[in-house]
Amino acid sequence: MSVLIFVDNTEGKIKKAGFELASYGAALAKQAGENAIAVSLGKVESDELQKLGNYGITKVLTADDARFASLDNQASAKAIAAAANQTGSKIILLAHNNFGKAIAPRLAVKLQAGLVSNVVGLPVSLDPFKVNKHVFTGKAIGHAVIHTPVKVLTLSYNSFGLVENKVNVTFEAFDPGLTNADFGLIIEQTQTVSGKILLSEAEIVVAGGRGMKGPENWSGLEELASVLGAATACSRPVSDEGWRPHSEHVGQTGKIIAPNLYFAFGISGAIQHLGGVSGSKVIVAVNKDPEAPIFEAADYGIVGDALKVIPEMIAAVKEIKG
Amino acid sequence: MKILVLIGNVPDTTTKIKFNADKTAFDTNGVQWIINPWDELALTRAMELKETPGSGVESVTVANVGKQDTEATLRKALAIGADKAIRVDSEPKDAFFVASQLAQVAKGYDLVFAGIEASDYNGSAVGGMLAEMIGIQSVSGVSNLQIEGSKAKLVREIEGGSQTVSLDFPLLAIVQKGIAKEPRIPAMRGIMMARTKPLEVITPVDTDIRVSFASFDLPPAKAACKKFTEDQVNQLVHALRDEAKVL
Repeated sequence: MSVLIFVDNTEGKIKKAGFELASYGAALAKQAGENAIAVSLGKVESDELQKLGNYGITKVLTADDARFASLDNQASAKAIAAAANQTGSKIILLAHNNFGKAIAPRLAVKLQAGLVSNVVGLPVSLDPFKVNKHVFTGKAIGHAVIHTPVKVLTLSYNSFGLVENKVNVTFEAFDPGLTNADFGLIIEQTQTVSGKILLSEAEIVVAGGRGMKGPENWSGLEELASVLGAATACSRPVSDEGWRPHSEHVGQTGKIIAPNLYFAFGISGAIQHLGGVSGSKVIVAVNKDPEAPIFEAADYGIVGDALKVIPEMIAAVKEIKG
Repeated sequence: MKILVLIGNVPDTTTKIKFNADKTAFDTNGVQWIINPWDELALTRAMELKETPGSGVESVTVANVGKQDTEATLRKALAIGADKAIRVDSEPKDAFFVASQLAQVAKGYDLVFAGIEASDYNGSAVGGMLAEMIGIQSVSGVSNLQIEGSKAKLVREIEGGSQTVSLDFPLLAIVQKGIAKEPRIPAMRGIMMARTKPLEVITPVDTDIRVSFASFDLPPAKAACKKFTEDQVNQLVHALRDEAKVL
């Protein structure tokens, strides 16, 4: 018996979420007394796959087929279902990222499985199968119970962390038996953001709200992000105004993030915003209004003008980073 | 071309979340119900497509799974501009149950829109399950959709960027923010017209429950915020390094 872990890749590289999922899968397999087997679709560099052994994965099934680069939901779900059947896996894990979210429901239908997405920890019990998940956008935790013999879970970002556990990993070529007819999606163009830390992967996030006064003031925030090695984000009014792109909007209807450290500059902290960031380990708020709700959610705060504090913070961070 | 938009009936995004005494269910007392925010954007995009000359969109239908009290949400969708509404008459028990119900009504459409998740149970599941059940392609994280002849051209978010993809109809698009700029607000004329638009009620099919919630918990209360003044930025940064150990 085994736990099957779908480790996705972006242009041949495994992202942090993939290694976090491997760590989680290895821990769950240990809890269940099973093997942790990963499945990888598409062309992935062999040293990338080798790294899965650092996180407790003992075997990787590799479908080294270039057609998977199109991230076709239908084809990918079919391939993972084939891997689950081949390995006899009853627990299948995916990351709760764009791709995992898209395939998990299709996979659950194929495998007649119960699906719990946005899971935040190891199962509380295996029989009955009980696991915790985010509900109401981080405003509560639901204790979900899966009633089917086969289970599909998607793991919320940064909810388990990387756990190093070096084991001997073996590789096995895997043919999911797909034909060209299974791949319907054609990619016309890809735009990747280079040289920037991804919001979804960042350990530190620096965000600005309306208190930043205007898009021209973002250079200070970007400099602070750069000295901290952080990603930049914004509140909803900021992206609605077009000061920053929608992809930077964090909050209930934007991105849900869970970094180790989150800075909110000039963000009042509407309940919808807090929902998107409440998973952060430490929240720092800078706001002129001492009554702003962001201070209820924050661990540290400065009552003051974000535009004045930012340059001083850049200097202070540079100093401690030496 | 016929478009179907899946509509979730969810608590207003400003709702303070509370549960009943034994914490087994969400306390709906005093809750205002709205169209799930992403579904509202999807509907707005569907209306824009219908109004685009030459798009070939004949009709926009909305569908949900809910008891009679969710009809106000469907009427709002009709007021925004949908031509017809379908309600499967049942509590939405779990994602598989909801998708199974919608699979009864979703056949025969060229384009189905679903939101990236519902703002209540954050499942991100119904759209993908439905696409699998009715055997059509799905694209997730969609922030733009155009109809180009017999093909759809979509922009989707991928890890670290975005991608323009094209594929044949029928398809199910799982949308996120950006699919429409702002949700459309119903005009008085739309509200009047919505009263007489068809709202079909369908009997649910029998389906097993695969996932349930044993109970819920609110996150533990946070300790009080440690406040510094504008002149103490240095102290704050040191606290982040030495006390919180996050720098």
